[in-house]
Amino acid sequence: MKYIKFFAIGILFGIVMSKAEIVSWYRIYEMFKFQSFHMYGVIGSAVILGIVMVQFFKNKTIKNYKGEAIKIDEKGSGWKRTLFGGTIFGLGWALAGACPGPMFVLIGHGAFSILIVILGAVLGTFLYGVFRTKLPH
Amino acid sequence: MEFVMQPWPWYVAGPLISVVMLLLFYYGKKFGVSSNLETLCAIGGAGRIVDYFRFDWTTKIWNLVFLAGGITGGFIASHYLTSDSGVILNPKTVAELADIGIQNAGAQYLPPEIFSKESSLTLKGFLILLVAGIGVGFGTRWAGGCTSGHAIVGLSSFQKPSLIAVIGFFIGGLVMTWFILPLLF
Repeated sequence: MKYIKFFAIGILFGIVMSKAEIVSWYRIYEMFKFQSFHMYGVIGSAVILGIVMVQFFKNKTIKNYKGEAIKIDEKGSGWKRTLFGGTIFGLGWALAGACPGPMFVLIGHGAFSILIVILGAVLGTFLYGVFRTKLPH
Repeated sequence: MEFVMQPWPWYVAGPLISVVMLLLFYYGKKFGVSSNLETLCAIGGAGRIVDYFRFDWTTKIWNLVFLAGGITGGFIASHYLTSDSGVILNPKTVAELADIGIQNAGAQYLPPEIFSKESSLTLKGFLILLVAGIGVGFGTRWAGGCTSGHAIVGLSSFQKPSLIAVIGFFIGGLVMTWFILPLLF
């Protein structure tokens, strides 16, 4: 039962991804073609409000449910992993038209071929684990 | 209700994504969807082969539950909250897609040329979907996050690695969309 709140937050996430058509392959295509403002508006407004929230976390106006300060993990330094990894991610994102969240939300739409993409994503994650020590970070 | 049934504009969706982030942090967690892929590897026993996956995945169950909620949200939205199953696109986008072999763009959420049962079960179609997934999975782990962890949380907290990751997302996405996709269909 302690997990039910995360289920509820997930439902909100799935509905937003769907209703704003972020799960649509076409919305990702048009974003990379600069033919629509939609995705830039979605990500941009999420980040702008996110910046405000993070400031409230920092000055402790917003605390977590236990009353403790909310800390955000540092992503770790090293530009190679984020640039090279990010580029490979982008290639996959634009081809699949879905990043990890929308992939799963699309299962709920009955788009069963997305399971092949998810299989690939799990396989790709496994391959990273295999080759991790040989990759620049 | 009419507003709910229509596609939601960006200024509704973007702030709601920040609310999702806020709620997860409020409940002591974080917003990072791609970590679930790592958890799935660990549950599948990848830790027996690669040390990287040897961690206590029971601490990550909350995130899988979040994902299950996401699937449910997708079901609810597509079955009860959507009147039109298409996506309205810029006519220029539709014309360009027709030129590269993707017809009737926007008639559904996903192009049948890639996602229909018939296409996805041909060797070429299967490989396209599989390779796309491998790119997302491999890339997100190497980069240390995906659109949620880097683009939303990372940029919101002014983290330079996340900015570099988002630049990477765009380099890859632009190369795929402008140079590789036109050759595939």
